[in-house]
Amino acid sequence: MSAALAEPPVKREDPAAPYEKHREPHAWLKYALPVVVAAVFLVVWDTLVRVSASEVFPRPLDVARGIGELIQKGLLLKYIVASLFRVTWGFGLAVLVGVPFGLFLGWFNRAYEAFNPMMQILRPISPIAWIPVAILWFGITDIAPIFLIFLASVFPIAVSATAAVQNMQPVYLRAAQNFGLSRTELFRRVILPSCLPQIITGIRIALGIAWLVVVAAEMIAVNSGLGYLIIDARNAGKRYDLVVAGMIMIGLIGLVLDLLVRRLETFDEVRWGYANRR
Amino acid sequence: MNPAPVITIRDLWMSFPGKQAGEEIHVLERINLEVTRGEFVCIVGPSGCGKSTLLNIIGGFLQQTRGEALVEGQSVSGPDPRRIFVFQENGVFPWLTVTENIGFGLSQKTSGERAATVMHYIEMVGLTGFEKSYPRELSGGMRQRVEIARALAANPDIIYMDEPFGALDFITRIKMRSDLTRIWQAEKKTVLFVTHDIEEAVQLSDRILIMSRRPATIQEDVRIDLPRPRDLDSSGYLERRDHVFHAMGMSLRVGESAA
Repeated sequence: MSAALAEPPVKREDPAAPYEKHREPHAWLKYALPVVVAAVFLVVWDTLVRVSASEVFPRPLDVARGIGELIQKGLLLKYIVASLFRVTWGFGLAVLVGVPFGLFLGWFNRAYEAFNPMMQILRPISPIAWIPVAILWFGITDIAPIFLIFLASVFPIAVSATAAVQNMQPVYLRAAQNFGLSRTELFRRVILPSCLPQIITGIRIALGIAWLVVVAAEMIAVNSGLGYLIIDARNAGKRYDLVVAGMIMIGLIGLVLDLLVRRLETFDEVRWGYANRR
Repeated sequence: MNPAPVITIRDLWMSFPGKQAGEEIHVLERINLEVTRGEFVCIVGPSGCGKSTLLNIIGGFLQQTRGEALVEGQSVSGPDPRRIFVFQENGVFPWLTVTENIGFGLSQKTSGERAATVMHYIEMVGLTGFEKSYPRELSGGMRQRVEIARALAANPDIIYMDEPFGALDFITRIKMRSDLTRIWQAEKKTVLFVTHDIEEAVQLSDRILIMSRRPATIQEDVRIDLPRPRDLDSSGYLERRDHVFHAMGMSLRVGESAA
């Protein structure tokens, strides 16, 4: 082994491995610090509400009770399911359409030149601006928010897939051509795997946006879901404990969704595409 | 040895469009060369002289401006699985393991045959124990070994190598050269090897083609008829090395005084 001459022949599992030891004595801090920050946040929140003597804004304990009330009435689970249902459909369709369309634009430069200007005009239009149009076309149905989520997430997915193909290392293509791959093999065995890391990053960004948009859409276009919970709690009796309870649930579920997508980035087939990220 | 050449280049010219319209950059001029079956031929020349361009034309990745490039008697029309290219920038696929990379060109074979071939070449290039590793877990030299094994596993007639050891450190390069010589002696492939490293060329090849500066042509054809493994202290080796050094150094001075 050539490496044996210069360095001990260890298998290099992780380039950062030799430095790992230095962190070990303080490993507990990694878990303790976030807890401390959250605790301080809750104390400050509680203190501010008490000092201001607000009669409307809830204290942390009120919110916890609010969450308990929602669970008891069976509303919490129902609304979470409703929101996730819409995101699943809108986001799922966006992946199914955005990935192939983005790869297509990345591969055929003529198509890219034709479609890109139109996409760049549609892309900066906030999905919120589409709400009136969505209601006009689909009424107060599930289709309206699904449509909005689709619109919001399809562009980042397509754009990342296009960029992935365009930034592909030419040496991979030439090596593949050298082995005489057919067009479909070239796509399946080289183009798709080489683009996957960047596509996954696009998917992760898009899922974050989709979760933002479903809440906004539900405030206006439907009468269920976590967005509806927030606007309904405010309108029907200024129940701000439920408003904040809804907000916290949205944050927690958003976190879980992001953690799920992040798991995709740890597979061996794509890990090469993320520079030294743990 | 078969007297009919495997590679024949006749009066080959190459130019690229320049920055201004109508302007042309002449890279290769009047290139003529022949490579015999089983030969190890190195092309050396100053950096930027167009030796990689020449190899890319022969490999089918570039189209010459005029002239003929014949491989096995047929005009080159594109890359061909019977002739595998080993790239300077390392063309090993990072999403595949060592085993999957080496078996990449073997999808026609049954899985049993494929596994046996892959095993054979993993052993030959000294990567036993790293079968399931991904390229990101390997050193630069080991990645280049994977690419060489992948080329050999496809059982090509010819292997083109474009400065394959260019990015490696000094010690690794020396080790790679002796391993490549051993592998070449076992496999009897025709090898066309581009490098700017004169010592590397003299250590590896049967014959060295020295290219001039741009627009490049083949300035000299030097036979290295030394037994292998080569003794880098022998007078025969040093003589030939100095000869090539001299040939390239002289041409640099002539080029400078002419310009």
